[in-house]
Parts: sequence; C-alpha cells; structure tokens
Amino acid sequence: MNVFLLYPDHNFDPQTPLPPNAEDLTQDLALETLWQAMAQGDKFLFETARLVTLSGSQEMEVIRYRQEILQDCLKNPATVRALYQIPIEAIENKQRCWLGIFSHYPAGILSSAVEMLEMLVGLLHRLRQIADEHAAEFESPGFRRFFAMIQQELDDTCFAEMEAHLRQLRFRDGVLLSAELGPGNEGTNYVLRKPNTPDGLMKRLLSRKSPTYSFTLHPRDDHGARALGELRDRGVNLVANAAAQSADHIDGFLTLLRRELAFYIGALNLHEQLTALGHPIAIPQLHPAEERRHTYRGLYDVCLALTMRKRVVANDGDADGKDLMLITGANQGGKSTFLRSIGLAQVMMQAGLFVPAEEFAANLCRGLFTHYRREEDASMKSGKLDEELKRMSDIVNHLRPNALVLFNESFAATNEREGAEIARQVVDALLERHIKVVFVTHQYELARGYHERRAPNVLFLRAERQPDGSRTYRVRPGDPLPTSHGEDVYRKVFGKEG
Amino acid sequence: MPFSSILFDHPTPPLDGIQPPACLRDLNLDQVIEAATAPKKDYDLQPFFYLPLADVETIVYRQEVARDLQDNTWRGHIGAFAEKMAAARRYRTMAEKLNFEYHKKGWFLESALTYCEAVENLAETLQTTPFASRGLQGLREYVLAYVQSPAFRSLAEEARQVKAQLAAVKYSVIIQTGRFSVRRYEEETDYSLEVEKTFARFKQGAVKDYRVNLYTGTGMNHIEAKILEFVVRLYPEPFAALDRFCERHAAFMDATLLTFDREVQFYVAYLDYIAPLQEENGLPFCFPEMSEARQVEARDAFDLALAASLHYEGAAVVLNDFELRGAERILVVTGPNQGGKTTFARMFGQLHYLAALGLPVPARQARLALFDHILTHFERQEDIRTLRGKLQDDVTRLYDLLQQASPRSIFLFNEIFSSTTLKDALFLSRKILARLVELDVLGVWVTFLDELAALNEKTVSMVSTVVPENPAERTFKIVRRPADGLAYALSLAEKHRLTRAHILERIRP
Repeated sequence: MNVFLLYPDHNFDPQTPLPPNAEDLTQDLALETLWQAMAQGDKFLFETARLVTLSGSQEMEVIRYRQEILQDCLKNPATVRALYQIPIEAIENKQRCWLGIFSHYPAGILSSAVEMLEMLVGLLHRLRQIADEHAAEFESPGFRRFFAMIQQELDDTCFAEMEAHLRQLRFRDGVLLSAELGPGNEGTNYVLRKPNTPDGLMKRLLSRKSPTYSFTLHPRDDHGARALGELRDRGVNLVANAAAQSADHIDGFLTLLRRELAFYIGALNLHEQLTALGHPIAIPQLHPAEERRHTYRGLYDVCLALTMRKRVVANDGDADGKDLMLITGANQGGKSTFLRSIGLAQVMMQAGLFVPAEEFAANLCRGLFTHYRREEDASMKSGKLDEELKRMSDIVNHLRPNALVLFNESFAATNEREGAEIARQVVDALLERHIKVVFVTHQYELARGYHERRAPNVLFLRAERQPDGSRTYRVRPGDPLPTSHGEDVYRKVFGKEG
Repeated sequence: MPFSSILFDHPTPPLDGIQPPACLRDLNLDQVIEAATAPKKDYDLQPFFYLPLADVETIVYRQEVARDLQDNTWRGHIGAFAEKMAAARRYRTMAEKLNFEYHKKGWFLESALTYCEAVENLAETLQTTPFASRGLQGLREYVLAYVQSPAFRSLAEEARQVKAQLAAVKYSVIIQTGRFSVRRYEEETDYSLEVEKTFARFKQGAVKDYRVNLYTGTGMNHIEAKILEFVVRLYPEPFAALDRFCERHAAFMDATLLTFDREVQFYVAYLDYIAPLQEENGLPFCFPEMSEARQVEARDAFDLALAASLHYEGAAVVLNDFELRGAERILVVTGPNQGGKTTFARMFGQLHYLAALGLPVPARQARLALFDHILTHFERQEDIRTLRGKLQDDVTRLYDLLQQASPRSIFLFNEIFSSTTLKDALFLSRKILARLVELDVLGVWVTFLDELAALNEKTVSMVSTVVPENPAERTFKIVRRPADGLAYALSLAEKHRLTRAHILERIRP
C-alpha cells in the first residue's frame, strides 16, 4: 500500500539528501520563518516543511499533482486534519504498548506485537471509515487514488483475516515445532507449524497413532522448565518476528501517511495565518524551465510579512523573456526584500505550495542557488573575497543549464572595478550557459556595463525613490544611476547636522 | 628438498622471543604491522615481520609467492582454506569438552568434514589456479600426494556418508506447559509465512529484524539431550554409523599443512592491508630488485603508514622519487615545514625494510640495497627535557648508532639538533656527516641547515616544494634541486577557476 500524496508514482523519502546549497538557501531566504509558520511549534511539521521545500520538484506534473491536492486540502481542512490524527494516535499508543518489543525473549516480543497489532488494526478501521464517508468530497487525482486504495485493500476479508491471526497468535494449547539435526547433532531449523488437524487443535494431533515419546518435567526442575521455555522461544522466534514486522509494516504505512500529510497540514497552517493577516495567496502558473517567465502582481516577502505581522510592500512586474534581472538603487530601499520574495516564491512554487502574491507565473528552474555577501567571516584563514569566490566556485560545481542564481551584493569585497570585472565574467558565463540570474548590487560599475550593451534579455530594476529622497521600498523598472544613496542613510542615522 | 615452509627456502628458523627492531617505531611500520596483523591475531604473525632477510635467495623465494598471492583469486582461495582450518580446529577442541555422547561425536564429525573440505579445496585450487612460485609448486606436490593417500580418502568418504544420514532426520517437538513430546515430522505448514502474507500489503520497505539471536553457546542442556535421545530411538541407524566413524578416525590433521596454514597468512595479512590502497586509490606497489650495490632508486614511492591513514580520510597521497647514482650516498632534505620531509625519510626506510621482508614495496618501480641495520634518529616534539640534557642525550644516542653502523647500514636522521643553537647544530652536524661519509653508509638526513645540502659529491640536495600560486599550500613533492623559496601570486579568480572561460568549461551546456 502506498500513500503517494507528494508524488504520483512514489512515496516521499525523507532520507533523500538535500541539495548541496540547502544551508545557504535556508539562511539567505530566511526559510526558518516560513517553516515555523507551517509548523506552529510542532517539530515534525517543521522538519517535513524543511525537507519538502528544500528538495522541491523540477517536474511540472509533480508540482501540478501537489497543487491539486493542496486545493482539496484548502476545501476540506477538517477531514484532512482528522486523517492526520490517525498516525498521530498510533504514535501515542505505541509508546504505551511497544516497550515489550525490546524484550530479549521471543515470547515477550510476541505478546507486545499482538497487542500492538490490535491497536493498529483498530486505527485502520477508522481510516477505512473516513474513506467511506468523505471520499466523494475530494477531486484531486492524488486523494481519489488514496481513498480508492484504502477501500480496496482494507476490505472486510482483510479485516477478518487479520483478526483470526490475532486470536491464533496467543497459542493457548501449546506450540508445534519441526526440527532437524544440525552440526553436532544439535536441533536446528526450528519452525513453528500449524497442526494439520481440521480445527488446528493440538489435542487432536497428539491422539493420532504414530510413535511418540513424551517427557514430563519434575515439578521442581526449574532448570528444565527454563530450557523448555527457551526451546519454545526458538520456535516462536520466527512467528514473533513475523508479527512484530507486521506491526512495523502497518506502522511504516502510517508513518508515511503522517509524513506526506504533514506537508499539507503545514500548508493549511500557513494559509490560516496569512489569511488572518489579510495577505493574499495565489496558486502559481507553471512554465517549463527552458522558458523565461516571471510575471507577478502583489508579490510580497512572506517571511517579512510573518515577522512584521502586518501588511508589507508588494511589487508588480513583468520579466518575461529576460535572462538577467539586474536590481540597483538606494541602500535599504527594498532590494534585498524584493530579491528574497523572488527566491521564496520560487521555492514555494517548486514545492507545490501556493505563493505569496495575488498572481504569479514563472518558469521552473533546475536548481535554485543564492550567493549573498556574508558579513561575518568566521575563520581568519581566507580573506573575504577569497571566501566569496570559494562559495561561488562551490555553486559552479553544481550548476547546470536553466538553474536560477540569486546574487546579493556579491564580489563587492574588493574595489569596485575589480569586483565588477569578476562579477561580469561570472554572470556572462552563466548567461551563456542558459542560467537565469537575478543580481542585486549597489555598485554602479557592474550595472553600467550591462546597460551600455543594451541587451534585450536584461531587465533593469531599481529601488524606487521619491523626489524628496524618501523610499517606497518598491522595486520598479529603472536604469542604473551613477550614485548610490548611502548619503541618505547616513543623514537619516546621523541627523541633518551630520 | 621436500616442501617444508612457504616463507623460507629452507626449514623455518626458530623465532622464539624475537624482538621488534628499534627502527620500526620511527618508520611508523609498527602501525603498519599492527594493523596488518590485527585481523589475524590467532596466527601470531608479528615475529615474521621482525626478521628482515639479508640474503637475496630467500627474498626472491618470498617475492615469487607474494607475486602469486597478489592475485585476488589466490587470496580468496587461501582465505577460504584458512577459515575452514580454523573452524576444524575449533570444533575439534570443543568436542573434547562436551558431555553428551552424540553431541560430542556430532562435533567430532563436523571437524573432520570441515578439515577434509579445506584440504580438498586447496588441492583443487593448486591444480586449477595458475601460479609461478617455487613455494606453491612445492606445496602442490605435497598436497596432491596427501589427498591421494588411502588414510585421507577413507576419512573423507566415511565422514560424508554419516553426515548425509544424519541430515535426513526430521522430527517434531510439541511443547506444552511442563511437558514435551517428540515424533516424526508430518508435513505441517509453516505458520509464520501465513502471518507474513496477511500483513504484507502494508510493507513499505525493510523493517527491523526482531529475531532474537538465541545462540546459547556450545553445550546441550538435559532437555535437548532428552530430545536427542528420543530422536535416536526414532531413527537408530544413522547414529550407529556415527559410532563406527569415530572409532576408526581418532587423529586426522597433518603437521605440514598446519604450518602452511599459519605461515601463508604472513603474505595474506600484508597483501590484504595494501589491497584497498592499490584498488581504490590506485597506488603503485612493486617487487624491488635487491642487491648489495649502494646505488638505489625508486619511482612514485610513498609512505605506507601515511597512505593508509589518508585512505580513511579520503585524501590523496603524494608520490615521490629518489635516486642515488655513482658515489652518491646521502639525500639531504631541506625546505618549508609541513612539506613532507619527514614522510620522505620514513618512506626511504620503509621501502628498504619491506623489501627485506620479501614483500611488495610502496613504489612504482624500485632498486634497493640489502642492509644489516636501519639506524634512525627522529626528533620527537613531545620531548620537554632541558636543552642541555637533550643535546647531551642526542649526541650520546648518535654515538651509539654510529657504533652499530657498518658500510651495509642505512641511516635516517630527522631534524636532529633542531632545538640547539644554529652554531652548535652546524658544527655537530658537519662532524657527524663527515663520519657517515667516511663509513660510506646509505641514508636520508632531514635538516633545516641548507649548508649541509651541498657538502660533497656523496650528498644530494632535495627540497620540499610549495604551490607557486599559493605559497601557503604544500605540494608534498620532494624534488632534487638546490634549496630555494620561490613563490608566485596569481589572481584569486584564476585560482578558484572562476574566469568566464573556466566557468564555461566547468558547466556543461
């Protein structure tokens, strides 16, 4: 049985290694804020949100498949949350009756496994009940397949069979083992057998005519009783293993259900908060990675919105057909926030989530990378520029065509001319390899070079500035200007007399 | 001469009480020997590693065997033989200690079966797997004669017949509280499989194995003995055959094969140790040409102990060459610290020592000298004695070493006198170097004193080098040239391969 709520054809594997840039993405896009909003204090939800968003899909069908499931979730939040309760209860109950499974004796393992199986079979009943009652309310192929599978696999015959085993596994009238002579004539290959009498009872078997040698232990032969118990354990060993593994199989299925649903529960949590704060969300329109699309209306930085807990600046724009978005303009003018909103929207889109905007359309990317200037340099081993170049080189190791790279004030740790030269060499090469680039810089020298070339595939954006010098924090189309606005910041901080 | 040993072309000399040569620790070969012999503790192999050979004949005898055993197929066969021999010995010892008659006899039979299989497989291997050494040739003649002897053949045939009869016995035990019954098995079905089948639909992947490891050690309790007694009554024939077998074959192991079983592990231990370095890291090993000549050379050589530890860290190993031509005797190594100078000196010593054991050495190609002693003096950083006391000790120790030295010796000095004054160091070094030159010994002297590098025609200067673009980075290459300290600075982008051309090359379209 498969869950298949994240992929149409396979289960989500939490062991899948994260992309090599996961740590940078987390830091540069402030992803922890997003995950916290999805988790609402639950560690497991947090971890799932982290894994799924960081390992976003590059397949259009997979993302669409999730988008449809997500829409079902937004329509039926109560049913989805009730489904999620089933694996949660399994975990809670497990802690109660699972201790015996760590026993060193097969008999102990067997009795806890039977108890565990009884509890899990009860939960499976409930899963089937939810499917029977609510399946019709779901439209996405993902949920329709899931509910149909539950009804098919967990039919009445299946429940009857499982319950018969739960009775038989108590072995009230003794056990029958077959054995052979191993090395040293020691008994070996102990296999627990089902008596081949019509009712499966041991009594009948012993009354048959066939040479039988019996031995009754002396009541005070404790050593013998223990030895006989050990022998019984040898026989029970395999069946105890079968029962415990069966319990594990069911548990494994529920764990998977929990993992995949957890992502959508996170989405519901996030949706509730954004709605409460009055922020819009949009199901993004997907375009193939080979195209160059970026159209957005009301795009905002979801992490900033969640932190500020109020409305934040939103941007509109159209970068269709552009390979490079070059953003210049005033310090503290909203350039970094805008860059982050682009990155976050891409991450959320490729995870199959809604995006923080009124409308959003973009091409998928084959890997998202961020190269931000880092303020701190922990080790004294390498200079700052050396460190930045090393990170860039690591990124290049993983780049392939149609990736998206976000640069924030990169290569500025040297003089402007040198920095611009390095940046130009890097960006030129990336564009030539069909890698999409969004570059934020306050350095005029770099932007000027591209501006003079007048290439049609470059979009120049600028942090907006009112004639009076105040900022709107909006990013609008605009050519690079030779001066930056550090002077403004200086004045604001030091006051007019500064 | 009939075959007697795979390690010596003459009977094995007595090795009782042999001590490790003093140089092993400085060469880090103690680590190598420890690690190589650790998986094979039962064989007590260390004494063989403590006896470097001084005659070319025996070295070549070993090189031939080692060359054959370098083939993984051969080592696999030897491993299988060793495993079976060890098991046979273990069962035999165990059988002697047991209490119940048919339990004891059962293990005796097992020991005989395992021994026969070991010997037969070895005979088969010697006939089908190609080899070239005189050692394996001798062994082959010996083993083939042995397996065809009437004593061995009756042992093997009878053991198998008895085993087959016992293995055919199948019975049932019914366990109820305080009571059990034994009967013949009547085709009842396996219940665990039925349980598994019902719950298989939930399976997502491998789950934990809950089977408890119920191995109770050797021995049979009185309940198991009682069951066996009932089984003997249900099936009396096979047990009567077992009685007859044990009477006929009381002692069956051959002494020469027991010796071979131990001695061959000397090669296996070392070859197993170097195999991952050869196969996974592609490091070269070779059989050196050995002679009394003092002109030595090696190409692409390395420090074996270092290579093994780098192997675990996944780091690359740097290969170095050396050569002493004509009258040249002493390699004087100078250059920046942490540049691989000590490693180079060790490597020189390791190559010679391992070559004298008749084993493949860590180099692509080598021509090496026989020796009587390897004399080492390595500065130890943890030494915290007073300078004066230390200098006194150093000079005393060097004096002792020089007393042992002969023209057939090899010496390795590493940064001696580094904690004394420059003037003293130079004075003492010159004095000692002069004596070494006079003795005509072979060796390596690692020093910070450039002045020693070009003393006379017997010394050769070698230098540890740095990366030209980044002087902070070491290459660990030691090259033959006068001391220098050149450094070049290149652009950082170039260094990180981030120019446009580099990136275009690195990202495939």
